[in-house]
Amino acid sequence: MLRKLSICLLATTSLAAPALADTYKVGISAEPYPPFYTPDASGNWSGWEIDFMQAVCERIEAECIVTPLAWEGIIPALNTGKIDMIIGSMSITPARAEQIAFSDKYYDTPTGLLIAKGTDFDATPEGISGAIVGAQSGAVQQAYANKHYAATASDIRIYQTLDEELQDLAAGRLDAVVGDSLAMEPFINSDIGQACCDYKGAVPADPEVLGYGVGVGMRQDDTALLEKVNAAIAEIRADGTYAEISKDYFSFDVYGE
Amino acid sequence: MPDFDTVTPLPPAAKGDFSAMFRALLLPHRIVMLAIALAGLSAMVLMMNWSWLPAYLPKLGEGLLMTLYMLVGSVVMGFLLALPLALAQVSGPAPLRWLALSFCTVIRGTPLLLQLWLFYFGLGSLFAQFPEIRGTWLWPYLRQPWPYGLIALTVSFAAYQGEVMRGAFAGVPNGELEAARAFGMSRFKVFHRVWFPRAVHRALPTLAGEIILQLKSTPLVATITVTDLYAVITRVRQATLLTYEPLLFLVAVYICLSAVLILALRWLENRVPTGH
Amino acid sequence: MLESIDFSLLALDAPGWGGALLRGFLRSVELAAGGYALGIVIGVFGACAKLYGGRVARDLAEVYTMLIRAVPELVLMLLFYYVGTDLMNRLMQGMGYDGFDVDGLLAGILVIGLVQGGYATEVIRGAIQAVPRGQIEAAQAFGMTPGKVLRRVTLPAMTPHALPGMANLWMIATKDTALLAVIGFSELTLVTRQAAAATRSYFLFFIAAGLLYLALTLVSNVILRLYERRARRGMVPVQ
Repeated sequence: MLRKLSICLLATTSLAAPALADTYKVGISAEPYPPFYTPDASGNWSGWEIDFMQAVCERIEAECIVTPLAWEGIIPALNTGKIDMIIGSMSITPARAEQIAFSDKYYDTPTGLLIAKGTDFDATPEGISGAIVGAQSGAVQQAYANKHYAATASDIRIYQTLDEELQDLAAGRLDAVVGDSLAMEPFINSDIGQACCDYKGAVPADPEVLGYGVGVGMRQDDTALLEKVNAAIAEIRADGTYAEISKDYFSFDVYGE
Repeated sequence: MPDFDTVTPLPPAAKGDFSAMFRALLLPHRIVMLAIALAGLSAMVLMMNWSWLPAYLPKLGEGLLMTLYMLVGSVVMGFLLALPLALAQVSGPAPLRWLALSFCTVIRGTPLLLQLWLFYFGLGSLFAQFPEIRGTWLWPYLRQPWPYGLIALTVSFAAYQGEVMRGAFAGVPNGELEAARAFGMSRFKVFHRVWFPRAVHRALPTLAGEIILQLKSTPLVATITVTDLYAVITRVRQATLLTYEPLLFLVAVYICLSAVLILALRWLENRVPTGH
Repeated sequence: MLESIDFSLLALDAPGWGGALLRGFLRSVELAAGGYALGIVIGVFGACAKLYGGRVARDLAEVYTMLIRAVPELVLMLLFYYVGTDLMNRLMQGMGYDGFDVDGLLAGILVIGLVQGGYATEVIRGAIQAVPRGQIEAAQAFGMTPGKVLRRVTLPAMTPHALPGMANLWMIATKDTALLAVIGFSELTLVTRQAAAATRSYFLFFIAAGLLYLALTLVSNVILRLYERRARRGMVPVQ
């Protein structure tokens, strides 16, 4: 038995040792996050950001493996080498930039507030007074809610995924959800979303917490990769690939300004 | 019924020999190991980033209270629920026996995390479908996440403890019960004077292990937004983006909690006469 | 209420999620089996350290089992996931294997195995102690080396004593894999959660997954009973 085991161990190490020249594991959150990325029933991920990821990987001549992870642990996973890049709608914030390196931004959408029908909360700290607010663990919106809503809201509940927040908003267990406006859009337009909730528009801006757009996350010592990715993003923007990818998903310019 | 998931019982209670324990620590190799451990610990304290700790202490205290509340609540309620479950299996009529048995099998055969999510999100989808539930007096409780966590933990504890109590009830020697009946005790009196105390006595040594296991299950409630100790640490991890420090702190707190629980339960156990 | 449930969501081919659920189930079984096997290996070493090891080895094994028994599995798994794979990466890089890739399955097995090892140590230690000393002494008297005594006599003789406890551990291993969902491993519970979120049929998918876990438990139970009866053949039934 021990001999068999050691053979197994040898086999795995020898298989893994000569790592292919340019294979990158790209981390995303292990949850449906439409329209950016969603798994289908056969386990394949698709969406705008997956298309974007393919375009970047083609430009840097690398093979990318989509690696779903728990969002709340994605930065430790990058820094401990379990993944090599994050292309998962991660906003560029000063706090995160202390831990990891970011590429230039590749899209930018506002953070918005969704409230239950029949309530009259709004996105200001005063307007949220007394509400039970949901935010996603590890998302910029959690930091935003903690900074601006903690004093007035009756409770801030932290969910592992955006879907579970929206589900609880529809169930009436939450009064409001603070989340990415675009990621919440499919829900807002669904029958359930129309029946239960009202979209109150963007929250008051605070780029210090909400970030300066979404960028590719990398380890800070991967400077060569950072340069290649930045060049790739610029190229994709310039040669029309960006617009080509986006037109299947959005009716407006997702790059923002 | 298969006896899966019984715990390796804790080593038998040490009877008040703290001085012996202390002397055992003074063996030369242990002194060296302790010194290494202390050096490691002080290196951790000095080299790692603990600046977040003071700001989060009140929140950590609240989280700890929630953890203890979940633990105590589910152990007490679970134990009370375990009694009828065990009795039904030992001496109930066939349909009741069958029901209690399948309840225990289903709960013990599926992961607690799955039960918790089914209970919380499954019911949540019902609330979305039937908004009239929101008009009932239960609604203020149904809106909170903790009742779901408490009930799921209670049911789980009851299923495991029910199995232990079933064995304990079945293990009380028949002669003792016959003697009680011979004294002309009523069925109820036999139960509450002889059968029940003897069964609890037999189950007591495994209770400590079960309670520690229950403590170890409590962090699962964080996934349904209950703010227990684990959830607070998760928030710290998000806010500070530190990988190791909050987790190591959490490990230290749980070790202390387990140690306090074990000591308290041993003290309790030693106060119960063994009768042997 | 029943008619509002759309069972076609469980179809095996996409867009049904049945196939995804089964693949997740297989992944869970793989993780549990791998972690269980690793746990046994750790358990044998741990038990030997506790019974035959020097003072330092004995105390280290004691600290390890204490840690496993006192700290919640969820926390241990997070810790092992980051510390364990981080250390392994650095070790492999130090040995010259550049970019050793701790993939999901291996990391999951490592995490489950390290937790299982703590409990397995206790079970195996107890079982070895139940082997009559005379049998081991007889083997030593034949001039067998300590390794040979362990392999030829102690391990086979302790197996029947260890089986009930090891059966428990297998049940715990299958259920502990669900905790990996919180870290983001793609196994049955996480796939279920994704399916439920994507279709908003929470009851349907969580109950389907529960049935899969239950089936695994019950089938394992039957197999383990049969195996136990085989291993115990020739032994006096325990009263």
